[in-house]
Amino acid sequence: MAKYLLLKHYRGAPAPANDVPMEQWTPEEISAHVQYMRDFADRLVKTGEYVDGQALAPEGTWVRYDGEGRPPVTDGPFAETKDLIAGWMVIDVDSYERAVEVAGELSAAPGAGGKPIHEWLELRPFYAASPTDPECHAGG
Amino acid sequence: MDEALLRSLTPSVLTVLVRRGADFAAAEDAVQDALVEAVRLWPADPPRDAKGWLVTVAWRKFLDATRSDTARRRREERIEEEPAPGSTPAVDDTLQLYFLCAHPSLTPSSAVALTLRAVGGLTTRQIAQAYLVPEATMAQRISRAKRTVSGVRFDQPGDVGTVLRVLYLVFNEGYSGDVDLAAEAIRLTRQLAGAIDHPEVAGLLALMLLHHARRASRTAPDGGLVPLAEQDRTRWDTAAIAEGVRILQTALARDRLGEFQAQAAIAALHADAPTAGETDWVQIVEWYDELARLTDSPVVRLNRAVAVGEADGPRAGLAALAVIKDSLPRHTAAAAYLHERAGDVTTAARLYAEAAHKAPNLAERDYLTRQAARLNSRTRY
Repeated sequence: MAKYLLLKHYRGAPAPANDVPMEQWTPEEISAHVQYMRDFADRLVKTGEYVDGQALAPEGTWVRYDGEGRPPVTDGPFAETKDLIAGWMVIDVDSYERAVEVAGELSAAPGAGGKPIHEWLELRPFYAASPTDPECHAGG
Repeated sequence: MDEALLRSLTPSVLTVLVRRGADFAAAEDAVQDALVEAVRLWPADPPRDAKGWLVTVAWRKFLDATRSDTARRRREERIEEEPAPGSTPAVDDTLQLYFLCAHPSLTPSSAVALTLRAVGGLTTRQIAQAYLVPEATMAQRISRAKRTVSGVRFDQPGDVGTVLRVLYLVFNEGYSGDVDLAAEAIRLTRQLAGAIDHPEVAGLLALMLLHHARRASRTAPDGGLVPLAEQDRTRWDTAAIAEGVRILQTALARDRLGEFQAQAAIAALHADAPTAGETDWVQIVEWYDELARLTDSPVVRLNRAVAVGEADGPRAGLAALAVIKDSLPRHTAAAAYLHERAGDVTTAARLYAEAAHKAPNLAERDYLTRQAARLNSRTRY
């Protein structure tokens, strides 16, 4: 029972094996891809491992505090250069091995030519919200 | 409305239905329906025999559900011919339910969810809240678990070890929500200890009580980690400690040592010391030796090395640590602590920072980062 975040990247990840931009797929290939993701999420609900997931729009803005009485500084979007996150899913699984297995399955979503896109997914564990770990006397 | 009473009656009501021939999954649904009815009706009209009431209502719910399924008509008629027992049997076979819910065919998270639902009587919503997952996800997790065990025969003795592991998970992995899972784990383990005479069940119960007794002092108001040596011992729950120690002593007297009893013995030695400085580290090392014999776990050897550092000095602790793989979680944190005690502040600061980077949770990371910062600000001048 550990939660993991699966991150899909528009950019920033290594190039997938089947690296054809989505706009060059056929509409049927896109439908198949979307359907695969839906079915994947449904399967995770049924196995009791789904927590949440959303797709994110490609435009992102960097925002920074710019001092008392001034509006925040915004920077971007820089779609050409910056690492962009396309979407995310949170799963709750029994082990790291299972998390890798699930991510591998998501990475097999079909793309151009109906073949798996072999997309790279970033897998990040959540910190536990409130550990009740047995005593620590060494700070460890 | 006594929700604790309702929950404590859940497992025995469920076992009565299963004993009468109801399928486990259907019986479980019927009992949940009966609990909902009880919550609705009891405040205005409390029954004299709470358990009898629940059995009657749950059985009626089960029959209703069965009746709607015409394919089962014949079996249902056969069941209905059986006389409804006036009083429920005194023999409590709740134990079977524990074994079923911890069945080895279930994944740990499924076993935990099923135990909380079927034995603990928690609602799906409460369990979902506790584990911070959507209710639909938890409902599926539970119904899958029920399907997995529905073919398992109810009267076979199970493995106590698997049950204890599930209860230990409940104790350790609770987050938030309106049910305190640590307290719930203690309640279920206490109930199990009443149903079965087993020194390791007593050992686990003692361990939970001893840890739980110190819970309030383990975190600062800001949520930060307070290490054992700095905890305010006046805030420890002395009644729970006394109970834990008493249960442990009775268990140890039976001379069938197991890992939970050994862990509880270590916890008891910490709880017994009036100040951190008076901790009996020599005896703690001896218990870690026992524990290492029982489990051969590297985590145990790591904790032992820290205890050796307290008993025989930091150099001895570092020597014990040196033979353990440094890839082990918390190895770096332990090394940092022992180096600081040995007077090597620079190495300690570096190791604390490294340990913070590898910390398994937020509270530990913050704590270790602060340790590194404390030592760094001391050496900066």
